[in-house]
Amino acid sequence: MSDLPTFYERKEIVTPGDLLAEGDYLAGDNTYKEDGKIYATRVGLVEYEDRRVLVVALKAFYVPSVGDMVIGKVIEVGLGSWLIDIRAPYPALLRASDAFSRPFKPQRDDMPSIFDVGDLVIAKIIAYDRTRAPLLTIREPDLGKVERGQIYEITPTKIPRVIGRKGSMITMLKQETNCQITIGQNGVILVSSRSPKDEQLAVMAIRKIEEEAHTSGLTDRVTQMIRSEKGDVKHVPEET
Amino acid sequence: MKSQIMIRVKRKRIAQLVSLGKRLDGRGPTDYREIQLEMGVVGRAEGSARVRLGKTEVMVGTKIELGEPFSDVPDQGVLTVNAELVPLASPTFEPGPPNEHSIELARVVDRGIRESKTIALEELCVEPGKKVFIVFIDVYVLNHDGNLIDASTLAALAALLNTKMSNYEVKEGEIELKPGYILLPVKNYPIAVTLAKINDNLIVDPWLEEEQVMDARITITTEKDGKICAVQKGGSGCFTTQQVLEAAKIAKEKAEELRKLLVKG
Amino acid sequence: MLNMSQKKPEKMIEDNGVRLDGRGPKDLRPIKIEVDVLSNADGSAYIEQGKNKILAAVYGPNEAHPKHLAIPDRALLRCRYHMAPFSVEERKSPAPSRREVELSKVITEALEPAVFVEYYPRTSIDTFIEVLQADGGTRCAAITVASLALADAGIPMRGLVAACAAGKVEGRLVLDLTDIEDKGGEADLPLAWMPNLNAITLLQMDGSLTTDEFEQVVNMAVEGCKQVYGLQKEALKAKYVAVKGEVEE
Repeated sequence: MSDLPTFYERKEIVTPGDLLAEGDYLAGDNTYKEDGKIYATRVGLVEYEDRRVLVVALKAFYVPSVGDMVIGKVIEVGLGSWLIDIRAPYPALLRASDAFSRPFKPQRDDMPSIFDVGDLVIAKIIAYDRTRAPLLTIREPDLGKVERGQIYEITPTKIPRVIGRKGSMITMLKQETNCQITIGQNGVILVSSRSPKDEQLAVMAIRKIEEEAHTSGLTDRVTQMIRSEKGDVKHVPEET
Repeated sequence: MKSQIMIRVKRKRIAQLVSLGKRLDGRGPTDYREIQLEMGVVGRAEGSARVRLGKTEVMVGTKIELGEPFSDVPDQGVLTVNAELVPLASPTFEPGPPNEHSIELARVVDRGIRESKTIALEELCVEPGKKVFIVFIDVYVLNHDGNLIDASTLAALAALLNTKMSNYEVKEGEIELKPGYILLPVKNYPIAVTLAKINDNLIVDPWLEEEQVMDARITITTEKDGKICAVQKGGSGCFTTQQVLEAAKIAKEKAEELRKLLVKG
Repeated sequence: MLNMSQKKPEKMIEDNGVRLDGRGPKDLRPIKIEVDVLSNADGSAYIEQGKNKILAAVYGPNEAHPKHLAIPDRALLRCRYHMAPFSVEERKSPAPSRREVELSKVITEALEPAVFVEYYPRTSIDTFIEVLQADGGTRCAAITVASLALADAGIPMRGLVAACAAGKVEGRLVLDLTDIEDKGGEADLPLAWMPNLNAITLLQMDGSLTTDEFEQVVNMAVEGCKQVYGLQKEALKAKYVAVKGEVEE
């Protein structure tokens, strides 16, 4: 560990402007450096990693990153592209050529029949820089239109918690609730099952993770909660 | 998401559930969301109240000032209702003068209070033709999660019920203040109940997403003896006569329940 | 209007320094702050400072609309300060007054140095402040609460902005003036301050002060801001601290 001054314990909650460290440190996520001093830019838990200081933000909005899988909502059908709300400061673009795997032909190709306003889409970000809209693709397996299920939105910084270390949390959730769970890096989670009650259970569990993301022993508590909920409710066969 | 456009699968789901007599938040078709009511929340107002209907939050303040009566009713006080859909309440509200939504809201709340003669305007005359009391009811929507009409009417009534004026006496057309306070005389208890229509199913107290799916809504305001004093149909869909009458029946029942929040017995 | 009209009292400060509301010259009014109070806004906060009751909400960053207002290399920060008709003694018309327009501007300029606007080109970050009840010093309480709403929205900031006013009433230098003290006193000086950068981001004064008094009043206001800052930090952490306490036995 460095012997340069740091001012908080690991995982203490810090607020914007808090002085985290002074000296030859690198400013990591959610921090900035000025005059040799490192300050927090968001509310979160501070971490000191050898020469790097960072803050794991407790609440932040999604900033697109190339390679991220995201779940978004079609908000506009244009000529040759769709505009998609991915819960970021900028809406994303999905080109028709991506959906049709060939150049777009206006007379032949009916855009709304593929994706219409209000449709949910699972996609991947293939390009993004601050001068233009993030660009999406659906040309990989498991990407495309969402036909059924419920979505739940959480602050994107808590997504790692929903996944868990080495996927431990998400694996447990899928098993215990019997749901298909798709996680968008943009803080949108898709939950789908034949039984709406199971979907509700999964949503309840995710809500609990969201509220207690900054605490320890969470995986156990969530497992407990799901099991006791299932125990109380007689499993009634699916009602159409 | 940021955009207010409703997700297609959710729209289908809400409509499906409603046709089965269920709702996405677990309520029955005639259930209200949880209601929290506080009175006297703003000291500078003569009367005030805050209503939380689920996550919808509305604050109402009343102010009483002296002014001139309208020339056609020279011996009556003046009632005026204004509603502000302030931008912080919803991403769809923009700063600026009242638009058709805030004006409709104000006028529907006004109608309920005025037509039921909740405030005896004749008792607010100081000097006929010259000086009367003006009662301002300001509806301030703080968070929009659906059904602003019912929340606002309830909050307005609650605010009127705790509206205090300085005790006074009229001597030769002049007001003389006396020690103490009097309550604004409130004679009726109008309650608005709004029903939304989704695929020919009626549901009470639509929340924001149900409002985005509904094809029309109808608000029925009833007074303390069950008489209907105001009706407003909203939205570009339509109702059959049958549906309207059913709505009126439901509204009368629900109004009695809500009235108990403010009036004992 | 027919209620407790505020007639100017004989004396606003006793000889021993006790003010009308029982405070000493350097005492802040009691402050209560809550963060994340509105479900629609991206960030929100509420403050009660003495009789002031102020709500702030932030929406953004979002693509700037109308497009011609968008700035190519940074976000557009807009703050709107607005008072409810029932917030003051004489009913106020809901239409923005010249005072509200001026305050909106200086409040925006008080918060701007704190926000990393350069991270989000072509977007807008909108802050809405509604004064539900007013009793002097509302622009300072507004900045205090708007700063928290921005932090609650997860908008990266250089630091929080705390604000407090100081002034002169009946010859004495006092902190955090009420409406009566402002109207009846000799000077009122609202000030906003960023603690970690030691920077003043809002400064206004109206009244009459010698240069010596001016310096003292400015320092007094800064000291007041430091106290407010402590309360802001607690409010931001409160929700998380409570949950942590509950679940980690």
